[in-house]
Amino acid sequence: MVQPVPAKPKKTDPAVVTPWNNLGRQLAHTLDEDELTNCMRCGFCLPACPTYRETGLEAASPRGRIALMKAAVDGWMTPDESFRNQMNFCLGCRACETACPADVRFGRLLEQSRAAIAEHAPITRYEKTMRHLFFQGLFPHRSRLRLVGALLALYQKSGLRWLVHRTGLARLLPPHLRQMDRVLPTASMQGVVERIGTHVPAHGKKRGRVGLLRGCIMDVAFADTNVNTARLLSAAGYEVVIPRSQTCCGALHAHSGEERQAHRLAKENIRTFREAGVDWVASNAGGCGAQLVEYSHLLQNEPKLAEDARWFAAHTRDISQLLAEGNPLPLRSVPKRVTYQHSCHLKNGMKVSQEPESLIRSIPDLTYMPLNKGEHCCGSAGIYNLTHPETSMHILDEKMNDVKETTADILVTTNPGCLLQMKLGIERSGLASHMQAVHLVDLLTESMEKGDDPHNQKEK
Amino acid sequence: MLNSEIKAQLVSVLGDAHVRDDVESRITHSYDATPLYQSMPDGVVFPSTTQEVQDVLRIASKHHIPIVGRGSGSNLSADTVPVAGGLVMVMTRMNQILEIDKENLTATVQPGVYTQTLHEAVEKEGLFYPPDPSSMKISTLGGNIAECSGGLRGLKYGTTKDYVLGLEAVLANGQVLRTGGKLYKDVAGYDLTKLLIGSEGTLAIITEATLKLIPLPESRRALVAHYHDLDAAARTVSAIISDRILPCTLEFMDRKTIQVVEDYARIGLPKEMEAILLVEQDGPLEVVERDMERIRHIAETTGATHVEVARTEADGAQVMAARRNALSALARLRPTLILEDATVPRSRIADMVREINRIADEYNLQICTFGHAGDGNLHPTFLTDARDTEEIERVEKAFADIFEAAIRFGGTITGEHGVGLAKAPFLEWKVGAAGITVMKGIKHAFDPQGILNPGKIFTDQPRLRKENM
Ligand SMILES: Cc1cc2nc3c(=O)[nH]c(=O)nc-3n(C[C@H](O)[C@H](O)[C@H](O)COP(=O)(O)OP(=O)(O)OC[C@H]3O[C@@H](n4cnc5c(N)ncnc54)[C@H](O)[C@@H]3O)c2cc1C
Ligand code: SF4
Ligand code: SF4
Repeated sequence: MVQPVPAKPKKTDPAVVTPWNNLGRQLAHTLDEDELTNCMRCGFCLPACPTYRETGLEAASPRGRIALMKAAVDGWMTPDESFRNQMNFCLGCRACETACPADVRFGRLLEQSRAAIAEHAPITRYEKTMRHLFFQGLFPHRSRLRLVGALLALYQKSGLRWLVHRTGLARLLPPHLRQMDRVLPTASMQGVVERIGTHVPAHGKKRGRVGLLRGCIMDVAFADTNVNTARLLSAAGYEVVIPRSQTCCGALHAHSGEERQAHRLAKENIRTFREAGVDWVASNAGGCGAQLVEYSHLLQNEPKLAEDARWFAAHTRDISQLLAEGNPLPLRSVPKRVTYQHSCHLKNGMKVSQEPESLIRSIPDLTYMPLNKGEHCCGSAGIYNLTHPETSMHILDEKMNDVKETTADILVTTNPGCLLQMKLGIERSGLASHMQAVHLVDLLTESMEKGDDPHNQKEK
Repeated sequence: MLNSEIKAQLVSVLGDAHVRDDVESRITHSYDATPLYQSMPDGVVFPSTTQEVQDVLRIASKHHIPIVGRGSGSNLSADTVPVAGGLVMVMTRMNQILEIDKENLTATVQPGVYTQTLHEAVEKEGLFYPPDPSSMKISTLGGNIAECSGGLRGLKYGTTKDYVLGLEAVLANGQVLRTGGKLYKDVAGYDLTKLLIGSEGTLAIITEATLKLIPLPESRRALVAHYHDLDAAARTVSAIISDRILPCTLEFMDRKTIQVVEDYARIGLPKEMEAILLVEQDGPLEVVERDMERIRHIAETTGATHVEVARTEADGAQVMAARRNALSALARLRPTLILEDATVPRSRIADMVREINRIADEYNLQICTFGHAGDGNLHPTFLTDARDTEEIERVEKAFADIFEAAIRFGGTITGEHGVGLAKAPFLEWKVGAAGITVMKGIKHAFDPQGILNPGKIFTDQPRLRKENM
């Protein structure tokens, strides 16, 4: 070290007790030092990082963020407002992890930093209330989410939406939210369990018993997709159970620093699926799946749960993996041009990238159009498009340039957040008349149920 | 933090957004890819034109402020660690490929272009820019030139210095210097172009470069050869070259590297072997096929236990993946990876590897050695943990011994990473007292105040060689 490392802030000095100092201390306590040391500062992650590409600033790169964390731990700096901003500016897409030769788990470092920030950094009362409302009051409670869904549905169906747009009330909203409102799916009071119950038997040769994670937003905004997921799994030879007592996966909590809440939700899910006696836990949302496979890490300090948590993490699969391994689906002709946008958490968190693509390619008569930079984040990133609208929209518009190039009719994604963002992108870039965004599961279902018989097609 | 008067002057040149002296910016420009070094600058500037570089340098020389040029900060000699404080000048906003001249076969670029970006751009035109440091995805051409970076294709195609035809650079006093041009021949005076190549940011800030391109080879093919015996591998290397075949790539991995890579990547490497060679040839298909056949024959007759020629170009890429995986594999084993850069004449490779292993045993350290066998450029890599100060001390001693051995075998202390801070104490071993005097004279001629990257290349505390201690 060329400069001596300054002494870490003294714990007992009352003069330096500020929220930021406390944050520094907390970071020194909770950040994974091994992970920080593993970063060899090679910079290979820089071009993979959307916020670095946006700004060109080292501080907005993975290497820079790690350096800031390390500086806070080593006492080179007291974390401050800009530290918090930098951690919040990160999309959490984890593209840096995929690029990193040293296997640094940036996602964990980010969560640890955000948890410390949530606990110690100064925060306005408004922010506190909103956080509490969303993370404790809403996401973990299916009934309440459903109520919001119902209100949304009411708003959408009652003509109120029409009124809001017609009267110009919508003009009060920032433009991207106005567009968002236009692409929001019709929310539904009826989730997957309400529609098809908690059990679907397997078709054909049995491949195992699968517990389906229905998700929170997924089950309100895209309940059809959940139903389709269960049908596809059944068609591929899996017996499907959808335990009622499952809860939110906790991804949004963990990414926003609500660590304790994330722990609580993880424990509930582990118990539920363990009790359901399943061979696999299936997720159809990349964001949820990446959280599920982290459960064993999340609960590493709870020896009593350790074994169950490890089991859970090791037996979580994305729907595309199960379908790729199951009985071949009776797919029929969909003569469309289709392209695929990776979900960051599926690709970088769960390391699943081949299966969705090969499933798409397996649809008869479909033309697969590769998407240039399909692995780049779309800018949705949880609630990032609400917290950082400008960056999010800029990233999205860049993405749409590449999407346009594919000349595809259908753009496939594998995560509700990404799906909404892509719908928004299609709206923004004026592609709405000839392109639609769908979830992989919905495309496969369409091929299975509504596709033309490929033989008839060919005879024509 | 910057003095407010100086900051105001810089801001008036670059604008508010491109002059930063907050803690965040200073911390994130206090390091590069070299382990164990870190030091805070007073500020960071981001120029976007030659004029802005000139203006900043004028301000800096007026106030005696150190200036550290920086591309991606991926160098491995602590060359961008601002040991004397001052300003880090980040060149990444100057990132345009200005011209690809198909008539003269040149490319003119700004310094902040990523090496790989240039590769992709010229290859689209059927042209080729051979220098390919493993860091090419992120390293900038300015950084490559300032370090004279090499790569896997060094044996056949040479390194960065063989491809720079002309430069535009700004001197410490703000004057613009132009050297060379699109000319393949030019002997007007001293070769200032070559002097700036490898100057590690100590002579001038490079603002534009004209690079030589060549036609893109039509095909490529790879083979891998396994050895029970280090000397047999070395014999193969010598025999290939003395048979007048110049493969584009001739890479070496020792036993420990093979084991680590195999445990990580599971690509079927033979863990019981002492060494493997990875050889690639490119060019017209008939030539490539003929060369591969001859190389296979040479390897078999010089003692390879197994030789496998890739059947297609894609298979070849698979073979070379072993080499590309080396870094990732090593990086995952221990937290801190110290990758060194000793180079010996290729006939001494086996001696050098043996000596490295002996030194590792002597200091009880874990070293894996791989590298560019074709040009004798070895990367003995220490797997260690920066937090273990006692072990790091042993690492440092072992390094001194390795450099000593390299020089004894007629080699050098760095083949492609540069001297920087990390190897400044050893420079005199290689260039001698006269070499140091001449080099310091050159430095003084370019930068009399010594504001450009101070503390690098030269040191006040040279190391004594063991024999003189
Ligand atoms: C994993 C890894 C693998 C590597 N593999 C190789 C390899 O195979 N071969 C090899 O040779 N190197 C290799 N390197 C080292 C490094 O990538 C090279 O030295 C590279 O050229 C540095 O480029 P950069 O843009 O990061 O420059 P920086 O590290 O930012 O700067 C390097 C030097 O150039 C100076 N500089 C930068 N821009 C300018 C400019 N415009 N004008 C004047 N001076 C300037 C700096 O002051 C500094 O002295 C590797 C590094 C890593 C981390
Ligand atoms: S998670 Fe994404 S945005 Fe955040 S540092 Fe990594 S690559 Fe950048
Ligand atoms: S790629 Fe990995 S090791 Fe390299 S700087 Fe980024 S996080 Fe650190």
